[in-house]
Amino acid sequence: MKKWLEPLSTAWVGVVTHKLRSFLTILGIVIGVGAVITLMSVGRGAEASILTNIQSMGSNLITVRPGASMSGGVRSAIGGVNTLTMEDAEAIAKLSNISAVAPSYSSNLQLVVGGENMNSQVSGVTPEYMSVDNLKIANGAFFSDYEYQRGAKVAVLGSSVTETLFGSANPIGQQMRMGTIIVHVIGVLESKGSTFNSPDDAIFIPLTAMQQAVAQPLTPQGGRIVSAIALTVSDESQTQNVIDNITSLLRTRHRLASSADNDFNIMSTEEIASTLSQTMGTLTLLLGAIAGISLLVGGIGVMNIMLVSVLERTREIGIRKALGARERDIWLQFLIEAAFLTFAGGIIGIICGWVVSKIIDSIGVMTTLVTPDIVILAVSVSICIGLFFGFYPAWNASRLNPIEALRAE
Amino acid sequence: MIRLEGITKSYPMGKRELTVLGGITLHIEKGELVALMGPSGSGKSTILNLIGCLDKPTSGSYYLEDREVSQLSSGELAMIRSRKIGFVFQTFNLLPRLSALANVELGMKYAGGSDPKRALDALAKVGLSDRANHRPTELSGGEQQRVAIARALVKNPPLILADEPTGNLDSRSGEEIISILTTLHSEQGITLVVVTHDVSIAHHCQRIIHLMDGQVVTEETL
Repeated sequence: MKKWLEPLSTAWVGVVTHKLRSFLTILGIVIGVGAVITLMSVGRGAEASILTNIQSMGSNLITVRPGASMSGGVRSAIGGVNTLTMEDAEAIAKLSNISAVAPSYSSNLQLVVGGENMNSQVSGVTPEYMSVDNLKIANGAFFSDYEYQRGAKVAVLGSSVTETLFGSANPIGQQMRMGTIIVHVIGVLESKGSTFNSPDDAIFIPLTAMQQAVAQPLTPQGGRIVSAIALTVSDESQTQNVIDNITSLLRTRHRLASSADNDFNIMSTEEIASTLSQTMGTLTLLLGAIAGISLLVGGIGVMNIMLVSVLERTREIGIRKALGARERDIWLQFLIEAAFLTFAGGIIGIICGWVVSKIIDSIGVMTTLVTPDIVILAVSVSICIGLFFGFYPAWNASRLNPIEALRAE
Repeated sequence: MIRLEGITKSYPMGKRELTVLGGITLHIEKGELVALMGPSGSGKSTILNLIGCLDKPTSGSYYLEDREVSQLSSGELAMIRSRKIGFVFQTFNLLPRLSALANVELGMKYAGGSDPKRALDALAKVGLSDRANHRPTELSGGEQQRVAIARALVKNPPLILADEPTGNLDSRSGEEIISILTTLHSEQGITLVVVTHDVSIAHHCQRIIHLMDGQVVTEETL
């Protein structure tokens, strides 16, 4: 037998001699590693699906919202003030590297269709909004420039709103009451799923029609107030430049002193994506850490077993020492045994964790994603735990006095 | 081969020191067959442990093949045990979960690597070729001790130390063991030190060293 194989075979004999004990020890590690992989795959899956959703919003989207204003040292909520106007949107549209600008004004209105009624947020938008927000029509059409110009009383509905108001009936051409006006439904949007900023719950009408339903408020300077300005960048590499240009343009237009905070808030999809993926990364790590605790407990189990094993085999250690085993030989023997237990546990744990996460995925509870880094992390942690918790018992064994060890029962 | 010069050994016993060996000077030539005799507590096992490099003396010098070994590190002592010294114990000290053959192979493991063929040869020398795959629990006491001798023998050590090798055996098995040991000594020229309090065994030896209270009392050459 090759020389380097000998400690391995000795460790193997040690493991198979106590089958039940080894099995239970390995089980502790299996559960730990399996839990790490399963929980982290849940985190990764959530992360991935959120990122996909954000991508579907359009990766070159920038949204400008009214910002918090300071009045007498009290900061109000973001969006709580009306600082953006149609005129701002028109000015932004004149900046370079911008392909489309879509201001919108939203308000909550009571909707009535036959016997059904609900209160929902209605957004008055320009025709450009469809391309800016990456909306897809499932049925019918979005309103045209012509309809927008003449303030046509038409509406495009999100899929879940349609479901609530019309059930399975075809909504195209149907009338619905919206506050004080009556609109015709001309289009239904494709569902994007219940996600971040989902259009499924939205109702879009031309901004010009919106002005007939609710009076669009004016600023003291006479600007027509909007809720948000969405825009798309023609060249994604210029996103930061565009943000900077808009910032300085709006600061000038709003006559802000150089010491004053912005009274608006600019967010790009990229920024949202990176913020969210950071948050989700933290969540994944937290889940992993919780599962890691069970791995730690498994590791303590390994240490416990190894201590018992050393105690039980004191005489064997004495015999080996009398036959010429050095401290290193004894130390290595027990360390390899511990590492073997955790390594085997790690491998089986990966398989179990992977299977469980596939099951969770396939029954549709949650999206899960097992990535290689999770697997590498779980295995290396399990081996490190084996070495760490195996070290002390092995060191104990190697330090035994051979004469006393030989006298042990 | 073995020179002990003024060896003392004492253990701390609470606050006092318990002196087990009080200045032993002893020479054993290469190829000798020596018996160490004495009542229990006379220090004969302690001497054997010191000669076997399992223990270090409190003071004095120990020359093994003209090399001073009493101050070596535990790693160096382990190296000497693995190459130079074979042990035979009163309680056999075989590993219960290994076969006879694997137990014999264990004797070579720390001396450079196992070799099943040499292990089988060693088993043949003690007449146990047909029991190679039996576990110690399936062997009689005499057979177990023969496996232990094969284990001590397999690495061809110049020195074999036997601590009451027949102490746990009936008289017939005991005689067998003694005859194996004396044959090894006469045929292979192995230096053999046997601790015993059985006079009939001691009389197979060339020299008997009598110990009492950690001192050499008399030496008789037969």
